[in-house]
Amino acid sequence: MVSNLFPVVLSGATLRRGQKALIGPVDLTLQADGVTVVIGPNGAGKTSFLRMLHGIARLGAGSITWSCDPLEARQKQAFVFQHPVMMRRSVLGNLIYPLRLAKMARPKARALAIKAAQDIGLGDALDRPAPFLSGGERQKLALARALITKPDLLFLDEPCASLDGRATREIEEILTRAATAGTRLIMSTHDMGQARRLATETLFLLNGNIHEYGPASTFFERPKTAQACAFLKGDIVE
Amino acid sequence: MSDLLSGMSQAFWMLLTLDADLVEITLRSLRVTLTALVIASVVALPLGALLAVRRFRARRLTIAMLNALMGLPPVVVGLVVYVFLSRSGPLGVMGLLFTPTAMVIAQVIIIVPLIASIAHQALRELWSDYHDLLISLNTTQFQRVQALIWDGRRALLTAALAGFGRAIGEVGAIMVVGGNIDHHTRVLTTAIALETGKGDFALALGLGFVLIFMAIAVNLAIHVIGRTEREGRW
Amino acid sequence: MKRVLCGLFASVLLSGVAVADEMRMAVTTSFHNSGLADILLPQIKADTGIDVQLLVVGTGQAIKLGEAGDVDAILVHSKKAEQKFLKGGFGTHRREIMYNDFVFIGPKSDSAKLADANSAAAALKAIADTQSPFVSRGDDSGTHKKELSLWASADVTPDGDWYKAVGAGMGAALNTAAGMNAYIMSDRASWLNFGNKGDLALVYSGDPVLFNQYAFLPVNPDVHPHVRADLAAKLEAWLVSDTAKDLINAYKINGETLFVFNAE
Repeated sequence: MVSNLFPVVLSGATLRRGQKALIGPVDLTLQADGVTVVIGPNGAGKTSFLRMLHGIARLGAGSITWSCDPLEARQKQAFVFQHPVMMRRSVLGNLIYPLRLAKMARPKARALAIKAAQDIGLGDALDRPAPFLSGGERQKLALARALITKPDLLFLDEPCASLDGRATREIEEILTRAATAGTRLIMSTHDMGQARRLATETLFLLNGNIHEYGPASTFFERPKTAQACAFLKGDIVE
Repeated sequence: MSDLLSGMSQAFWMLLTLDADLVEITLRSLRVTLTALVIASVVALPLGALLAVRRFRARRLTIAMLNALMGLPPVVVGLVVYVFLSRSGPLGVMGLLFTPTAMVIAQVIIIVPLIASIAHQALRELWSDYHDLLISLNTTQFQRVQALIWDGRRALLTAALAGFGRAIGEVGAIMVVGGNIDHHTRVLTTAIALETGKGDFALALGLGFVLIFMAIAVNLAIHVIGRTEREGRW
Repeated sequence: MKRVLCGLFASVLLSGVAVADEMRMAVTTSFHNSGLADILLPQIKADTGIDVQLLVVGTGQAIKLGEAGDVDAILVHSKKAEQKFLKGGFGTHRREIMYNDFVFIGPKSDSAKLADANSAAAALKAIADTQSPFVSRGDDSGTHKKELSLWASADVTPDGDWYKAVGAGMGAALNTAAGMNAYIMSDRASWLNFGNKGDLALVYSGDPVLFNQYAFLPVNPDVHPHVRADLAAKLEAWLVSDTAKDLINAYKINGETLFVFNAE
């Protein structure tokens, strides 16, 4: 299944805070396949870049053009935030909410939500208040909530930051499954191991600009620029 | 001191014997205030949520007005409502002055700013939590207000109870628009004012204790209905 | 829960609708504080079927309520204000019903020696001369107006620290006087029914100028077509009847007669 979202074309896309440009101008075309991992040092603008692409941060200049109608494009995307937003409801309530927004009948939404909770190992915790879950459980729930509407494109902002190894592995399993099922993933991460495990292409951000973009294997083995080289070695890049 | 003691014993005695007048006045107090509370909540809770969610031009002004109106002396509200409802006023033909309905109207006006303001404070925090998610989920303004009101219902309950407290204990406005007519618009607070005026402090205090008991009872009842204590706070 | 609340709401709205044979009458605090209303109203209901709803206010506000058409009749005791009310066309006529009297209340020690005064004017003069604290209603009520006219007849302009205009009803003013141990002018009924007498006592009464005439004034239906003129007329007929006469003359507190029926 190939999504009609892609290719998406960014031309001169710029994000500003006041006079200062946070991101861009960015010129970029993203294709329909794969897992794009956004990497870069702290403050390079990874989060802002994802938010800009998703459309929850307003463009200061330039344009982002999806291959379909912009409203339709938004409805086919989902976003998992670094600090997962838990609605003050039960686990089930959190999972049902996006389905109800999509006007799905309650019994059907409930059945789907129960299934989704079981898939992430929260089948026993359906009625637990979501804000009381552990860090790993929350992130899994946020992920399940994002995936429950079967988006064509899923953004993830540092989904495994501050999680332990086991939770990280569970999340990565879910992501791999989603990617295999045809969901396009664009995620940022700090964890180079995770980047190597998941990425089919990498996007190296530096100071709000795309410094290097290409297939993951090429990037990790033969980075083109000195900064990328230094970053991969673990040096401080400014 | 002796007034205090005899007031307490009088309150106790009236409660024990379910004094007919007391029951009538108390029920009327409850009826008027709960009606006002329901109407005010229907107006104020969505307003508070909307103020949290939406950045419209008159937003700052609306918030400033709500805060200013919160400090408005009830008797001024009473006077304004009185002037409107008087037979010689613009709404005089409705014949509402000196009826429980007039008292409900005055109380609604008094507590809407209070409830909306507290609701806004509470929901603003919730909204800063939910902001990214709800925008990402492509929700409409209405759906955001809905989500905030539902998920913030415990905080909103507190706002409503604050409104109830202010309305049930209010005397200035409802004295003016209700007229404290026996068996018709007399409620606990106006009865207290009346007995104080007669110098019957013991009875006035007794009624005051009844008012306090009732306020506590209603608070507990609403908490039980809302099951806030059992499910913990979030 | 919702259904209960809806029911409450509906019942409040419905109770706003006027039921037949209910009328509103504005009366003065002094009349109401006397407790006479509690005797008269049930009998009125029994004899005529009229449910009289009392609005207990000062004379000033009572007149205002009548002018605005918010009540169907007024029962007050300030002849000048009543005549002005009639002149403005707001009332149909004035019917005298009964009278009571004003009394001077003061500290039991009676430092201004009011007990020795031979007229109301002399009593007030004694208070002013000794600068004894005096609480005035100061609320434009009938009692307040009466007090002012008495000061004028005593040729004294009440002014200074000793003269406290509290701007409150009779009960509140009596509470203030009890707290300050001050002199005050009150109607006899309010005083006798007052529960917080403290160190106060009745120190002067009896001057005919202190008699306090109550009159009944129906609101003019030509000005306010919605008023229940029919009920007001029925009520007036009852108020001047022998039943009313007996009840009013027989009404006593602590063995003291309060009102004298004098309707013609």
